[in-house]
Amino acid sequence: MKPPAFDYIVASDCDTAVAALARAGADAKILAGGQSLMPMLNFRLLRPSILVDINRIPGLGFIEEMPDSVRIGALTRHFQLETSPLIGKHFPVLSYAVAHVGHLAIRNRGTIGGSLSHADPAAELPMMALLLGATLSIASAAGSRTVAARDFFLDTMTVDLDGTELLTEIVLQKLPPQTGWGFEEIVRRQGDFALAAVAATLTLSGNEIVQARIALTGVGPTPLRAAEAESLLVGHAFDESRRRRAIEAVREAISPETDLHASADLRRHLAGVLTGRALAAAWRRGRGG
Amino acid sequence: MKKTCEIAVTVNGTVYEAAVEPRLLLADFLRHTLGLTGTHVGCEHGVCGACTVLVDGDSARSCLMLAVQADGRNVETVESLGSIAQMNALQKSFHAHHALQCGFCTPGMLMTATDFLRKYPLATDDDIRKGLSGNLCRCTGYEHIVKAIRAVVKAGENP
Repeated sequence: MKPPAFDYIVASDCDTAVAALARAGADAKILAGGQSLMPMLNFRLLRPSILVDINRIPGLGFIEEMPDSVRIGALTRHFQLETSPLIGKHFPVLSYAVAHVGHLAIRNRGTIGGSLSHADPAAELPMMALLLGATLSIASAAGSRTVAARDFFLDTMTVDLDGTELLTEIVLQKLPPQTGWGFEEIVRRQGDFALAAVAATLTLSGNEIVQARIALTGVGPTPLRAAEAESLLVGHAFDESRRRRAIEAVREAISPETDLHASADLRRHLAGVLTGRALAAAWRRGRGG
Repeated sequence: MKKTCEIAVTVNGTVYEAAVEPRLLLADFLRHTLGLTGTHVGCEHGVCGACTVLVDGDSARSCLMLAVQADGRNVETVESLGSIAQMNALQKSFHAHHALQCGFCTPGMLMTATDFLRKYPLATDDDIRKGLSGNLCRCTGYEHIVKAIRAVVKAGENP
């Protein structure tokens, strides 16, 4: 229950961090908030030769408004996201969802970059990145690149980062006017990882849905978007028949697994129930309710 | 491999300098290196909350932080809250409401509550329970802990 021995490097900037990662090959781990990494080290599930601590890199934790988007630095703590007026104004669904991450002590330390890079299959932030169509900036000694959230999550705790790369920034495009949102999650205990969670946004023009987004977590190896359900909502008002059809489409689109916490059937059932609730909330808010 | 790192950590207002192995947990630094055994260690993987301390004013699991990460930081442990002769308002309220039996979880409960009393309005008992959700008490004393914290909120004695 104590971490194995490792070398420890405090990165003073992103260049130092990625240079250290490049030197170590794939044998280094990045220490951000540490709320997932440290338990894995304590259990010795991981034995990295080097830990690259990015906590002291100035300017890596920030939330900044651009004309059409909001930029979020990778080291931004969950509690900063939860309480940011800027996030509350432009992405209330994110403020609401991030309050469901762990407990206050976890949210004080945990970072958005860490959560996305770790990619627990039942975590809230990867699903929010997918819902909000995030663009991720990634740095390495070879240069920098961007990747869309939809291409980032590859498998259980596996993302499009090669071990020498550092996620530095998350960019979210602002939502169109008249967009309502909903977020629903079922957990065994407050602060646990989700048995299932669903987030939705509906953009309306009058009484017609012009854009629908539905993201799920806890129901597969990665978070996912329910494209079928989204497309059958567009061009319609949200009524009982659309609600039922969306729920059915979501249940058909997922293949959850049975584990210690819930059966596949229960997860599929919950995903449908939560989809109905999240869409109803998004519809109500989109209409100004 | 570098054997030790020199660190200087302010704990409860006193600066402590030490050479520590990078892998030393903050919880073990507090307990073993400094002898501040008020911080309890339960699960060592961030689940039980017993080792919660404040780092630069924010609650953190000291089993999920390395001592080297506390270099230059301000750490507050349960010892900072008061003494048996002079308990602070939260400790007095825990005492008055019988909010502990064995006391193992109590330091974490106190430090967690100190942080969320400052950050959230805690309008309902459910809000207090949410705040405590990351701290386990095996004596099932939650009801009295909620009452103790409720009394502090009511009295406006937030730390």
